[in-house]
Amino acid sequence: MKNKMSFLPQEGEAHPSRCPDNSAFKQQKLPAWKPQLTIATVLSSFFVIGVFCLSVGVCLILSANSVREVQIDYSDKCSDCSKLRENSSNWNKECHCYVNFTLKEDILGDVFMYYGLQNFYQNHRRYVMSRSDAQLLGRNVNIQKSYCTPFTTYKNGTPMAPCGAIANSMFNDTIDLYYNLNSSVIQVPLLKTGNSWWTDKNVKFRNPKSYNLSSAFAGTARPLYWQKPVYLLDEQDERNTGYINDDFIIWMRVSAFATFRNLYRRVRRIRWFADGLPAGNYTFHISYNFPVSKFKGRKHVILSTVVWSGGSNPFLGIAYVVTGTAATLTGFVITAIHLKLRKKKTYFQK
Amino acid sequence: LPSFTGEVKCEAPNNKLDKFTGTLTLRGEKYALDNEKMLLRGCTIRNTDWCFGLVIYAGPDTKLMQNSGKTTFKRTSIDRLMNVLVLVIFAFLALMCLILAIGNGIWEHDKGYYFQVYLPWAEGVNSASYSGFLMFWSYVIILNTVVPISLYVSVEIIRLGNSFYIDWDRKMYYQVNDTPAQARTTTLNEELGQIKYIFSDKTGTLTQNIMCFNKCSINGKSYGDVYDMSGQRIEINENTEKVDFSYNQLADPKFAFYDHSLVEAVKLNDVPTHRFFRLLSLCHTVMPEEKKEGNLVYQAQSPDEGALVTAARNFGFVFRARTPETITVVEMGETKVYKLLAILDFNNVRKRMSVIVRSPEGELTLYCKGADTILYELLHSSCDSLKEETTEHLNEFAGEALRTLVVAYKNLDEDYFQDWIRRHHEASTALEGREEKLSELYEEIEKDLMLLGATAIEDKLQDGVPQTIETLAKANIKIWVLTGDKQETAMNIGYSCNLLNDDMEDVFIIEGHTSDDVLNELRNARKKMKPDSFLDSDEINIQFDKSSKKPKIIPDEQANGVYGLVITGHSLAYALEGNLEVELVRTACMCKVVICCRVTPLQKAQVVELVKKYKKAVTLAIGDGANDVSMIKTAHIGVGISGQEGMQAVLSSDFSFAQFRYLQRLLLVHGRWSYIRMCKFLKYFFYKNFAFTLVHFWYGFFSGFSAQASPASTVYDEWFITLYNLVYTSLPVLGMSLFDQDVDDRWSILFPQLYVPGQQNLYFNKIVFVKCMLQGIYSSLILFFIPYGAMYNTMRSDGKAIADYQSFALMAQTCLLIVVSVQIGLDTSYWTVVNQFFIWGSLSVYFAITFTMYSDGMYLIFTASFPFVGTARNTLGQPSVWLAIFLSITLCVLPVVGFRFLKAQLKPTPSDKVLLKINEAKKRPPPPSPKRRLRRTSTRRSGYAFSHQHGFGALIMSGRNMRPKSPFATTGTFSPNSDKYKHKGL
Repeated sequence: MKNKMSFLPQEGEAHPSRCPDNSAFKQQKLPAWKPQLTIATVLSSFFVIGVFCLSVGVCLILSANSVREVQIDYSDKCSDCSKLRENSSNWNKECHCYVNFTLKEDILGDVFMYYGLQNFYQNHRRYVMSRSDAQLLGRNVNIQKSYCTPFTTYKNGTPMAPCGAIANSMFNDTIDLYYNLNSSVIQVPLLKTGNSWWTDKNVKFRNPKSYNLSSAFAGTARPLYWQKPVYLLDEQDERNTGYINDDFIIWMRVSAFATFRNLYRRVRRIRWFADGLPAGNYTFHISYNFPVSKFKGRKHVILSTVVWSGGSNPFLGIAYVVTGTAATLTGFVITAIHLKLRKKKTYFQK
Repeated sequence: LPSFTGEVKCEAPNNKLDKFTGTLTLRGEKYALDNEKMLLRGCTIRNTDWCFGLVIYAGPDTKLMQNSGKTTFKRTSIDRLMNVLVLVIFAFLALMCLILAIGNGIWEHDKGYYFQVYLPWAEGVNSASYSGFLMFWSYVIILNTVVPISLYVSVEIIRLGNSFYIDWDRKMYYQVNDTPAQARTTTLNEELGQIKYIFSDKTGTLTQNIMCFNKCSINGKSYGDVYDMSGQRIEINENTEKVDFSYNQLADPKFAFYDHSLVEAVKLNDVPTHRFFRLLSLCHTVMPEEKKEGNLVYQAQSPDEGALVTAARNFGFVFRARTPETITVVEMGETKVYKLLAILDFNNVRKRMSVIVRSPEGELTLYCKGADTILYELLHSSCDSLKEETTEHLNEFAGEALRTLVVAYKNLDEDYFQDWIRRHHEASTALEGREEKLSELYEEIEKDLMLLGATAIEDKLQDGVPQTIETLAKANIKIWVLTGDKQETAMNIGYSCNLLNDDMEDVFIIEGHTSDDVLNELRNARKKMKPDSFLDSDEINIQFDKSSKKPKIIPDEQANGVYGLVITGHSLAYALEGNLEVELVRTACMCKVVICCRVTPLQKAQVVELVKKYKKAVTLAIGDGANDVSMIKTAHIGVGISGQEGMQAVLSSDFSFAQFRYLQRLLLVHGRWSYIRMCKFLKYFFYKNFAFTLVHFWYGFFSGFSAQASPASTVYDEWFITLYNLVYTSLPVLGMSLFDQDVDDRWSILFPQLYVPGQQNLYFNKIVFVKCMLQGIYSSLILFFIPYGAMYNTMRSDGKAIADYQSFALMAQTCLLIVVSVQIGLDTSYWTVVNQFFIWGSLSVYFAITFTMYSDGMYLIFTASFPFVGTARNTLGQPSVWLAIFLSITLCVLPVVGFRFLKAQLKPTPSDKVLLKINEAKKRPPPPSPKRRLRRTSTRRSGYAFSHQHGFGALIMSGRNMRPKSPFATTGTFSPNSDKYKHKGL
C-alpha cells in the first residue's frame, strides 16, 4: 500500500487528484477476523456442546425428579357443586366439597399450593387486553375508553372496579388444607401473601388513595361475577386487599397457555409443618365457586416443592439429554466421514 | 453566406449509415445529395481549417443516435426474482391466514362458544364463521412481517454501498488521465457477479488505436528484437534503452524503437536500408502538417500508414511536404524533392498500393507495399532466396500478432513508363469500364518487383488485455468482439489478445452473401462442433419441434472442443433474420470466442438482444465510442471506457473506467462480492423474517387462533415487533452485506473459477429461497416449542408461576433475537470491527431497551404503552429461562453448522474445492506472483496493415485538398481551390 502512494503525482495541491483515498475502509481492506468451518472447530463445537448438554440434561432430570408433587383434579370429585354452578342463578348459594388424599412420605422443604386450570383460554386475544392498567394503578380514569368491554359498567352506568374480562373471571374457589392426625383435624397454616412479583405488588397495582378503602372505591361496583367488592377481598389484612390483593394480582398476570397453574398459598412452616408436610391423610376443603364445566374446563389443586430449575416438569431435562446425545453422535458421524474422506483423498493422491 | 437560400429535401431520419438520398434546390437548380456528401455525427474533418456545412439532422434525429436504440430501465435478475418471491410470500401469508381463520372458526364453534361465560363474543359477532372471517384479516395484519417491506430499502442501501466501493477502488483508478472507476448506476451491482457474455468493442477498448512500428525485415535481416550479451532475446519493458534519435532534428519524440543495429545500418549508408526507408517515406497517402518549423504532424487515413511514415521520419527519411506533383523528403538531413508521377491506389481487391516517382537524380522508380500473399506473386524470380528469408521473418512477426506489409520496388524504363502513363491517362479519362482498365494497367506495371523487406506494425493493445481476457475466459465468460473493422484486422486483434489461438480446433468464418449460404455455413460449423445436435433426439430439437411462437430459452450446449467463430456484418444481417436467429445463437454460443466484424452500431445491439432473448444469461457490453452506445444500452450491464473517444459511451453506461483490464476487477472482485453479499443478505433476511413471524402462527394453535393487531396480544411484546426489523436485526445484516468477503481480492482474481457459481445463479434462486423458508420454519418451531415446553406446568425456582404471558413473550423474543444474531455471526465470514460492533451492539441495545421499557418509571409515565413492567427483571433471573434460551440456540444453529460442514465435505461444489485450495495455499508462504508470459505459437500469416477501403490517392493527385500549409517546405505554389469543397454535414 505504501509504495503505491509513491507512484502518485505530488502536485496534488494544484490539481486535486480524483484518485480515491487510500483508506482501509474504502479499499475494503479492513482488518478482519475470518472464522472458518474447519474440522477442528466443527468437531469441538459438536463435542463440547454435546457433553455440556448431556451433563446439564442429567442434572435437570435429577433435580426435576427430586421435586415432590401432588396434583388432584377436583372438577369431577365435586360434580355436585359443579352442577350447581352451571346455573348462574345459584350464584349466592355456597357449596363445599372435600377431597382426601394420603401422603405416604413426608414432603420436606417449602411446599407450595397451586390451583391449576385446564382449557381456560387466558391467552385469548380479547381476554388478554380486557383490562385497564391505569385503573389498577389507582388512577381515576374513564374506563369507557379502555378495552374492558363488555365488563365496563352496569346498565345504570356504575363502573366496575376492577373492570374487564380478566378481573371479572377471577378464580374464586377457596381451598383449605387439613391434616388428619390421629383422628384430630389440624388446619395446615397457609400464607396468602408474598406470592406475587414484587413489581406487581408495589408498582403495577395500587389502590386509589383515600382515607379508607371503601370510600376509595365509592361510586364503583364489584365486577359482575364477584360475590364481594374488591376492597373486601381480604378483610383481615389491609395490605392485601383492593387491587393489591395477592390472589387478584396473580390472576391478573394472565397465562400464556390455556393450561396453567397459579400459586395460591404457601405452607407456613411452623409446628407440625416446620419441615414441610408430614406423611399422613389430608383433606382439601374447597368452597366451590368457580364454574368451569360449561366450557369443559378442569380444576386442579397442586402441592409441590421446588428446586433450582423450577418444578417437576422434565421437559428441559429430556430435551437437553436428547440434544446432547444427538450432538455427540453427530460429532462421531462427522469424524467418521472426515476420516473416510481423508483416506480416500490420500489414496488418490498417491 | 446569409444570402444562401436553398431548400433541402431528404429522407426521414433513419438508422442506415451507408445510405442517404436528398436534393438541394439552389437558385432553381437541383443538386443531388448522397452519402458521399454527408458527414456523420462525430466525424473529424482533417486537413481542413474551415468549411461550410448544413445541418440536416440534429440531436436524436441523427443517424448515429437513431442507431443507438431505446434506453430501457435496467433491473437485475435478483430484482425480478425478488418480486416473484414477494408474491409467493403473499400467497404463503394468505394461506397461513386462511388456516388460522378456519382454525378460529372451528375453535369458536367448539370452545369459544361455551367460553362466552367469561369472554363474550365481540359486538356484532354472532357466529363462529364470522369470527373466523374477521380473524383472517387480523392475522393478515399480525403476520405481515413475513412480507419484508424493509427488504427493498435494505437492498438499495447495500447496492449503493457496493457502488461506492467501485468508485473508491484505487486499483481501478487510471492515473494517466486521472480517471477513477465510476458506478453510474447503483442498482445493478450483484448482476456484475453473474456475467456470462461480454460484448466488447475493439478499437479504443481492446486496443489503444495506436499503431507502432515495431519490427522490420530488410534485405533478409530482421530488426526490432533486443538481445543481451549472450544472444538471448530480452523482453522489452519500460527500462529497455531506447534508440537515440537526437541526430535527427525532425524526429518524432514519441517514437520508440529498441534495436540499435537498425540505426547503425542507416548511419552506415546501407543501400537496401536506405531504399527501404525511402520507400516508406514516399509510398503512402499521408498529409503532412507543419504549423511550426520542425513540428511535423501527419494526417494519415489509417494509423498504420502514419506509423510507417513516422518510422521512416525518425530513421532519417523525413516526409516533409507534398504537392500534387512532388513529394519533399529530407533524407539524412538533405532535402530532396521527388516528382510524383502516379499513385496506384489501394483497394480491397488489390491489397497493395504503389507510387511512381522520379528522384532528383532522374531515376524512375515504382515503390510498392502490400499484403504478402499478393506481393509475393509479383516478385521478380531473382529474389527467391530473399523471399524465403523474409517469409521466415514474416512468420515470426505474425506469430507475435503484428500486422505485416511487404515492401518492394522496381526501377522503371523511361520509354516504357511514358507509354504506360499515356495509356494510364487514357484509361483514367475513359467513360466506360474505367475501373477495370485502370486495374489492368496497374497489374501490368506492378510485376517483377524487387523485394526489399517487410514491416511489422503493432496494433497496440491496451495494457493487460490478453491477461484480462485469459482470466475472464477461465471464469467461464464468453467474449464476443463486435467491431466495425474489417475481418483481417479483427481477426488479427483476436490473435494478438489471445482470443483466438492455434490451440483452437477450428475458427469458422461466416461470410455468406445469401441467406442460404449463411445457413449452410452455420450448420456446417455446428455439425463439426456437435454432430449430435442434428439428431432428432437432441433435446433442443425436440423443444423446437413442439414449436410455439414464443422465443425459448436455449440451454447451453457443449461443443467437442474449443472453437472460434468469425462472422461478417453482411452475413450477420442475414443471420439476424427470422429463423436463422436460432441457428446463429446455437452455433455461436457453442464457440468460445465470437468475432463480428464490419457491424453497424445497430447490429451490435441486435446481437446483444439476440443473446439476451435466447440465453438465460447476463450480458455485459463494453465500449468507448458513440457507436457502442446502442449495445451498452441493450446489454444487461453497459460499461463505458472513459477514454479518448468522447463521453457518449460513458454517459449511457452503467459503469465506467479508463482501461479494459479493470473489467476483471470489476467482475471478479466487485461483482462477485456484490453478488455473494446480496445473496447472503437475501437468504438471511428471508430466514429471519420467517423465523420471526411463524412463531405467531404456532402460537395461534395454542391461543384459540385469536391474535389481532392490538397492544400485547401476539407472541411478542408489540414494541419488539416494531423494533425487530428496524433496530435489532438491521445493522448486523447490513454490516455483513457491506463488508463480507469469502476470499480477498487477490485470490478472487487468481482463481477465476470462483466466479462460475454466480453465472449459474447458484447462491440465490427459488430452491435456495425454499431452503431459507424451511430453515425459518424449523427455527420458528424450535423458538416456539422450546419455551413452551420449558414453561408448561412448571414454576419458578421461588415457587411463583412462570408461565404467564409476558414472561413467555420475553423468553420467546430473547430466544429469537439471540438465535438470529448467532445465525448472522455464522453467516459472516469477514468480521471487521464494524461487524463486531453491530452484532454485539444490537444485542446489547436489545437488552438495554428491554430493561428500559420494562422499568417502573416508564410504566408509571406511559402506563398504556409499556405494560410489561418488571418482566425482564423477574424472568431473566431464572436459570431455567436461560437454559431454554441456550437450548433453542443450540437446536437452531448446530444443525446448520453440521449441515454446512458436511455439505462442503460430501458434495463439494467446485467453488468449495477452490476455497479449500486457497485455505491450504494460505498456510504456505504466498507463491511468487506468477510471471505469465503469453507465448503465442501462431504460425498464421497475419493481416496486412491497411485498415480502410479506398485510399485517397486520387484526391492527392487531383490536388483538390492541397493548401499551402507548409511555408517551410521548399515547394512551389499551387492554387488553393479547396474552398469549393463544401461539406454537407449532419
